[in-house]
Amino acid sequence: MYFNTIAKVISERTGCDIAAVKPESTFSDLGIDSLDTVELLMDLEDEIGIEIELDQKVETVDDLDKFIQSKQG
Amino acid sequence: MLHNKTAVITGGSRGIGRAIAYKFASLGADIAVIYAGNQDAAEAVCQKCRQEYGVKARSYCCDVSDFEKAKETTAQVKADFGSIHILVNNAGITKDGLILRMKEADFDRVLAVNLKGAFHMIRHCSGVFLRAKEGCIINIASVTGLMGNAGQCNYAASKAGLIGLTKTAARELAPKGIRCNAIAPGFIATDMTQSQSENPMLKMIPLGRMGEPEDVAQAAAYLAEARYVTGEVLRVDGGIAM
Repeated sequence: MYFNTIAKVISERTGCDIAAVKPESTFSDLGIDSLDTVELLMDLEDEIGIEIELDQKVETVDDLDKFIQSKQG
Repeated sequence: MLHNKTAVITGGSRGIGRAIAYKFASLGADIAVIYAGNQDAAEAVCQKCRQEYGVKARSYCCDVSDFEKAKETTAQVKADFGSIHILVNNAGITKDGLILRMKEADFDRVLAVNLKGAFHMIRHCSGVFLRAKEGCIINIASVTGLMGNAGQCNYAASKAGLIGLTKTAARELAPKGIRCNAIAPGFIATDMTQSQSENPMLKMIPLGRMGEPEDVAQAAAYLAEARYVTGEVLRVDGGIAM
């Protein structure tokens, strides 16, 4: 479960209120385009301390959370 | 100047790639030479870069048409040099023949090295560039990709494809400060163009002679430093494809 970390990194990147980031929020709603999500993942790698390659499209914060969890397994 | 920059040059052991390696080294860049076959030639290039220009240089054996090998090699270069700032996709082969007689394998192989190889390297280096928040990609295309050339349908298709790849990478990566340009050399005197010595197009070069690898290297050096240029296809061809 990386939701809190993802929300923190998103709010740092976009300057939005951390409470505004919900699991069901889409990246486009948060003003993050698909290339930005790759950069976001890089920030997350630094935060979580793992290396993951974003090789599929993720639409929502929850998608990304689940994606990272799947790579951890 | 390219001090504190690391340049990866595929096909860097001879011809145009070697000239680019020397040019970039002379401007202060550290050099990673990627070669497919000739280790001695690649090592000789590295040695000259180190001795004459005092930069760091290493060679890596890699068939860029192999996605996983290109990935491993990129990771190794990053580990050895710390980062990558410039990628020159220069590796290329020819397997000439008229369309009527061309074997499927010969078409596929040329596409695999010249076009897919460039995609593989861009694919794997882009993450490094994004992290560094800078990057410069230079694809060595060919005027053959602009004009066509009888007997080179595979090569021409690969080089035309490289131009489409260049412009797409330029658009996708521009928001992140990463530039991507192509050079379209004309007839340059290298091992590769020995087979072209009878080509009637040679007589149609406005500047009246074949180019030298150093002419292409000069253009590459310009693109490496041209901060406001992206998505460009720069002909270095003595005027033949104007």
